[in-house]
Amino acid sequence: MKIKYFAWVRERVGKAEETLEPPASVRTVDDLIGWLAKRDEAYAHAFEKPRVIRAAIDHAHVKSDSLIAGAGEIAFFPPMTGG
Amino acid sequence: MTAAVTIRVQEPDFDIAQEIAALTRARTDIGAVVSFSGICRDSENGDAVAALTLEHYPGMAEAEIGRHAETAMSRWPLTGLTVIHRVGRIAPGENIVLVVTASQHRQAAFQAAEFLMDYLKANAPFWKREERPTGTSWVDARQHDDAAAARWVKS
Repeated sequence: MKIKYFAWVRERVGKAEETLEPPASVRTVDDLIGWLAKRDEAYAHAFEKPRVIRAAIDHAHVKSDSLIAGAGEIAFFPPMTGG
Repeated sequence: MTAAVTIRVQEPDFDIAQEIAALTRARTDIGAVVSFSGICRDSENGDAVAALTLEHYPGMAEAEIGRHAETAMSRWPLTGLTVIHRVGRIAPGENIVLVVTASQHRQAAFQAAEFLMDYLKANAPFWKREERPTGTSWVDARQHDDAAAARWVKS
């Protein structure tokens, strides 16, 4: 699945997007954040406060307990400041 | 969604008079047009702000605003609406966002415009970076924007 990062999440991870295949044990958005945080220090820094991170699956906001199976694109970003 | 809804995410500035004219052109059933424009200010909490840079999530920004627009069109008797959100580097005094609503009577136009701005502020995937004398940093989301969006939930 494609994973995209925005704003300071992108800055900390060091990339805007990537394609990853998490193991089947990674079932929810929360699981995915935990799995990503373990990849290296940059990811750990980006996801050190999981409750601040917002997620979207296929261009729609989702809650952190949402299942990720079948998602084409998942995005992680800070709370929004548009408008 | 009908052709009366216009949603754009763009770098260039917009012309408010032109956008209002586009909503009302060739129609004589519109009695009320409300427009809100958000503008970049030159200071925040006493600190000078040299510029804002707006980042966005292409694809989702348009989709999310589109969902809010659809909700507004079904909740109020509007003849049309326009939302334009700029991205990129924006200097103090420049436009950031435009919401225009049109209806037969003013209550729908006023309420829908406020609803759209409250929801856009809470849910639309844009992020602001502020340039100040002390450095550049990401603006923090404000809780009162979420609260403003929440007050539109029908009980």
